[in-house]
Amino acid sequence: MLESRTLKLAAIGTAAGAFSGLLGVGGGSVIVPLLIIWLGYGAREATGTSMMAIVIIAAIAVVLQAFYGNVDPPNAALVGIPAIGGVIAGTALQQRIPERAIALLFAGLLVVIAAKLIIS
Amino acid sequence: MSSIAAAIMGFMGGMVGGLLGVGGGILFVPALAIFMDETQVRAEATSLLAIVPVALVAVWRQRGYGNVRVREGLVIGALSPVGVALGVITSNAIPQRALELVFAGLALLIAAQLVIRAVREPAKPPPDYSD
Repeated sequence: MLESRTLKLAAIGTAAGAFSGLLGVGGGSVIVPLLIIWLGYGAREATGTSMMAIVIIAAIAVVLQAFYGNVDPPNAALVGIPAIGGVIAGTALQQRIPERAIALLFAGLLVVIAAKLIIS
Repeated sequence: MSSIAAAIMGFMGGMVGGLLGVGGGILFVPALAIFMDETQVRAEATSLLAIVPVALVAVWRQRGYGNVRVREGLVIGALSPVGVALGVITSNAIPQRALELVFAGLALLIAAQLVIRAVREPAKPPPDYSD
């Protein structure tokens, strides 16, 4: 039983890792639903645990991308430092407000981004 | 001006990341590609560097709310390198245009996930999910 659970965690790690390495994202969109569906996590637990995995996955991916000379630290700081403030604001709000409106607004923003990428 | 726009996108990426558990990288990459003129693969690699400290802060905050199963999170991360290597090698091997289109597909997928979640979830979340 424990082994099959570890196998599932390995499959999640591999799938999320491939996603992260290919697309430059954390892989949360893979990890969160799989933790919920496969391992019976609650939504918030899945989100928090996924963040833990993402720290390691993104760190490994950065090291590998650095071998290709693709990493630009000043620009990483440009988005990363404001993002840290954003995370603190977001996690504080998460416990207080319904997520629906923000989820829908964010979905709209992603559609705009996708359209821009496809048209460019 | 475009630096400011990229920084604002960074803040938003962190906020939705903390709020919804997705969002850091999905905004960092277009922020860097659109406003800082990075190529797609450079934007992705740079986004990954930004994600590390942001995710660390998110873990620290979420742990305070009892939402992190540390051991299983670590196991997922520790068992990811094969997948990560495959992804990184592929991102450097395929044409940038293809990578842009796959990324656009991911943005649409996440948008769809969020809409489904918003429709399914109760309007007000229960007060506490911790163990």
